[in-house]
Amino acid sequence: MWLKFEQRTEPSPLMSYLSPAIAVGLMLVSGMALFYVLGRNPFAGFKIFFLNPVKDWYGVSELLLKATPLMLCAVGLSVGFRANVWNIGAEGQFLMGALAAGGVALHFPDSTSPFLLPGMVLAGALGGMAWAAIPAWLRTRFNANEILTSLMLVYVAQLVVSWLVHGPWKDPEGFNFPQTQMFQAKALLPVLVEGNRVNVALFIGMGALLIAWVFMNRSFLGFQMKVAGQAENAGRYAGFSSKRTIWLGMLAGGALAGIAGMSEVAGPVGQITEHISPGYGFAAMIVAFVGRLTPIGIFFSSLLLALLYVGGEQVQQHMQLPSAISNVFQGMLLFFLLASDVFINFRLRRLARRQ
Amino acid sequence: MNAATTPTPRLAIKGMRKVYPAVIANDGVDLTVMPGEIHAVVGENGAGKSTLMKAIYGVIRPDEGEIRWEGEHVNITSPGQARELGIGMVFQHFSLFETLTVAQNVALALPGKFDLAGLSRRIIEVSERYGLPIDPRRLVHALSVGERQRVEIIRCLLQNPRLLILDEPTSVLTPQAVRKLFETLRKLASEGCSILYISHKLDEIQELCHTATILRAGKVTGTCSPAQETPKTLARMMIGEDLPVIHHGEPAEGGEVRLRIDGLTQATGDPFGVNLRDIHLEVRSGEIVGIAGVSGNGQQELLKAISGEETLHDRRAVQMCGVPVGRLNPARRRSLGMCFVPEERLGRGAVPRLSLTENILLTAYRKGMLVSGMIRFGAARRFAEECIRRFDVKCGGPGSEAKSLSGGNLQKFIVGREIMQDPKLLVLAQPTWGVDVGAASFIRRSLLDLRNAGTAVLVISEELDELFEICDRLVVIAKGTLSPTKVTSETGVEEIGIWMSGMWPDSVVAGDTTHVA
Amino acid sequence: MGLELLTSILFATVMAGTPLIIAGLGELVTEKAGVLNLGVEGMMSVGAVAAFAVAFFTHNYFLAILAGMGAGMAISMLFAVAALTLMANQVACGLALSIFGVGLAAFVGKPLESMSLKAGTPIAIPLLEKIPVLGPALFQQQSLVYFSWVLLAAVAWFLYRSKPGLVLRAVGEAPVAAHAIGYPVVRIRYLAVLFGGAMAGVAGAFMVVFYTPLWVEGMIAGRGWISIALVVFATWRPLRVLVGAYLFGGCMIAQMFVQASGVELNVPSQWLSSLPYLATILVLVLISRNRSNIRLNSPASLGQPFLPDV
Repeated sequence: MWLKFEQRTEPSPLMSYLSPAIAVGLMLVSGMALFYVLGRNPFAGFKIFFLNPVKDWYGVSELLLKATPLMLCAVGLSVGFRANVWNIGAEGQFLMGALAAGGVALHFPDSTSPFLLPGMVLAGALGGMAWAAIPAWLRTRFNANEILTSLMLVYVAQLVVSWLVHGPWKDPEGFNFPQTQMFQAKALLPVLVEGNRVNVALFIGMGALLIAWVFMNRSFLGFQMKVAGQAENAGRYAGFSSKRTIWLGMLAGGALAGIAGMSEVAGPVGQITEHISPGYGFAAMIVAFVGRLTPIGIFFSSLLLALLYVGGEQVQQHMQLPSAISNVFQGMLLFFLLASDVFINFRLRRLARRQ
Repeated sequence: MNAATTPTPRLAIKGMRKVYPAVIANDGVDLTVMPGEIHAVVGENGAGKSTLMKAIYGVIRPDEGEIRWEGEHVNITSPGQARELGIGMVFQHFSLFETLTVAQNVALALPGKFDLAGLSRRIIEVSERYGLPIDPRRLVHALSVGERQRVEIIRCLLQNPRLLILDEPTSVLTPQAVRKLFETLRKLASEGCSILYISHKLDEIQELCHTATILRAGKVTGTCSPAQETPKTLARMMIGEDLPVIHHGEPAEGGEVRLRIDGLTQATGDPFGVNLRDIHLEVRSGEIVGIAGVSGNGQQELLKAISGEETLHDRRAVQMCGVPVGRLNPARRRSLGMCFVPEERLGRGAVPRLSLTENILLTAYRKGMLVSGMIRFGAARRFAEECIRRFDVKCGGPGSEAKSLSGGNLQKFIVGREIMQDPKLLVLAQPTWGVDVGAASFIRRSLLDLRNAGTAVLVISEELDELFEICDRLVVIAKGTLSPTKVTSETGVEEIGIWMSGMWPDSVVAGDTTHVA
Repeated sequence: MGLELLTSILFATVMAGTPLIIAGLGELVTEKAGVLNLGVEGMMSVGAVAAFAVAFFTHNYFLAILAGMGAGMAISMLFAVAALTLMANQVACGLALSIFGVGLAAFVGKPLESMSLKAGTPIAIPLLEKIPVLGPALFQQQSLVYFSWVLLAAVAWFLYRSKPGLVLRAVGEAPVAAHAIGYPVVRIRYLAVLFGGAMAGVAGAFMVVFYTPLWVEGMIAGRGWISIALVVFATWRPLRVLVGAYLFGGCMIAQMFVQASGVELNVPSQWLSSLPYLATILVLVLISRNRSNIRLNSPASLGQPFLPDV
């Protein structure tokens, strides 16, 4: 026993900020080592993965486009995670929100009402909330662990999407491909800048960040959820309703994931297919952790993980490596973050040798 | 007397030092124990006694210091090694596994092959020899606290210890059980076993121990023969001044009933818990009522029924200021004027990682800290500052984290937070457990002041001395039922001690006392 | 026709349940020591990919299974270091392991996706295989199926009849008390996690070598998560893991039931495929309703970090 961890008297604020930076650094270094092991030039790999995506304005707008659903999902998840409510099913809630919003669009293919788009946003939120309500109810009523129930529902949601695009919602003029009709122009989110794909969902995302910040830091309800997350018995002692905490935590995650789903199908994709989500629901969990469960942190970490997605596509195109490399980087990042977080509450100390 | 005739000490410690980030737990401690000696280690909570014992037992490694065992220099690096040397330890918070049997628990502490049948025979043998009856096949969670302590002791005795360490053994026992324990210890000592007896209870030390080493703030302030000292002189060595005297005063007469418990019967949802049976109690304004009892007889369940952390089917079973509250949660009961100081400070009474200001919000938010659901942090901080000032809480200011405070200061903060809400009814569980003498006396004085101002106070405690010091009326809880009430001045420690075993007149649990204490 | 059908359904159920038994027992041991490792999906995935690669290049299935075991153990070390030594939140670490493991397997396995393996040869147990219906269903199986039964017996014996097993259970219940008595809590937990990783790796190997001899991204399809649910369903008791695994296995081959029974159900295939997941939810609800039951059987320190006071 030569080195050991000793608890600090107060958590180190410096390490709170440094830790994500250290994690990112370690991820970059490991990434370059990975490129080397795969027989590619590590510096070229670094350039293509991390610098290519942002070399022009179009690239930046693509980054913001990818960051938006991550931001939305992550801020919803963070409300729950802070309260120890583990919503692992954001991916499924994303899909159900997409289906609900898409359903509205497909049901009114010729509508010119200005309420169509807001209606779709609402439908997306409701769809995600409904899917999240199931694990919430099972937890409050039956004490069933929400990690497993919400996750199982992800697989079910994926199967529902598959069934709909292969069956009832399949585009009759789509040459039998598993996809729905393209949404009409009025059912698509308006683009922010001509020629780029980033749309108003970005503003919805930033709005969500702001509301979350106020809720978490200034509202009594947010305080109650913070207590529930840190010391369950204290929450009970204070009389804070743990049922309300669970419902709020799950529904917030569901609603925002549902809106994210809507933003994807009413945005760049424009229809519902089997592949509307490249795992946003899971990546959003990493965004939430790396962002320290705070809105400001989530803003930056969603940009970072969006970069990992776009970079993965670049690497697939230019270096013939599978785009699943993004997932490898994501996983590494989370592990490195969890590892370097230890220094917030502990410091390393040399043990004095016994005489 | 020459060196050849001076007996070798069984254990000799020189210059022991152990430093933690926030405190120096042991600072140059010397200790000498002779064979067959019952040696007390005396000090108030936080003096460093437990740290010293853990170092002797190999649980922690000291930073400096020398240990000699029977004259030979040793490095004790693990409890296993300590056991091999012949050192046994009975922990204050037992190191037992609830879902396993007695025999399995004992087996875990013994090296060697796994022979539960043979072990059970040896357990019965030892338990009979030393007067500590126990059935090896029983599951630990079904045992009373006194029985669990017996398991801990038997576990040590099976290894033929030459030094037995007991850490605050009597805090969980009735006065009668304490006497039984002392018999066992005297028998052991007469067989040559040395005993290290850690305690802060001066009268027990006088009764039992041959020598005493007194610790204060990590340093040794003296050694003595307790038989030749008085509690006053011992106290002065322990805390550096005289024990504070509290003027008890008189309770008010005929105040309104603030808490009425009427026929409370509640089955516990916890498989290891205790059912409450037909509890009746009244607490009036201007008096302090105390509930005595050995741990594990329903105190937790009763407290949760009163605080609202467990809601009841019968809303009338608990009434506060005349209002039936059985179905209300703690927040709603607080709006009626109840305040509550729980047994666990960190994790229940306060959130460890939150600041003192935020911890104020846990229960005192009604005092002008909320507006339309949003928090007014300024008001909360001012409340915290006031609490810190009035209750002499030593801390780094209202922004410091709850877990950075010492036990005594955090308890003062929590008690202060509740008192500052001007409660009509204040309920406290173990109000001075683990708290240094100065803070304990401050808290008790505050409770008496509160009572004099008209609040109804209910104290549940396992420390009889404390209850006799501050309570006007006493009641005993055993196996989930309550005894009749007695005015404090009309009873004594002996009678209450007997009642703590469930044996009061017309008791329904009298015949079933084997597992109470 | 009827008996043959029954036999083949039983056979398929056993095959489908076997990876769940193996991974489930591994997770059970881990959780009994007080550690909640949610990364089973990731460990099974890398175990599968490693086993497939070795099987494809060496044609030695025994080596392949060993490779799967090793890969599962190696990746579980990441979790162990993060959760046990660095004391990070166990739920977050498990999620990280799942995401990383599945991603790594997808990445490494891309070039292997179009390859196929020769089917493994089943081993028939003499005499027993002659029993009508049960014989061919149970005793003409692959070697790992028999391994799963032996594993069950071994884990049960270990936990309830051996001293090291008793120590492990004690660690899971009250690590502070175990530490006070002198047991190396962190080391014991490391071993428990590694065992869980090894078993998850073997389960993954079974999937690609014996169950469907190919590799495709995402083929574990949630079986790792179902194994975790299985441990809860079994209230942490080994024999019930077997029962639950075969129940879930039955759900997984529901499609085969329906087609084979000849009933003309116009049910979309996706509905049938969702049965195992819905069954998992149902089973979790049924078991969790009795809070007292959970409290009595679950390891008391499950999921909480342990900081030794040295």
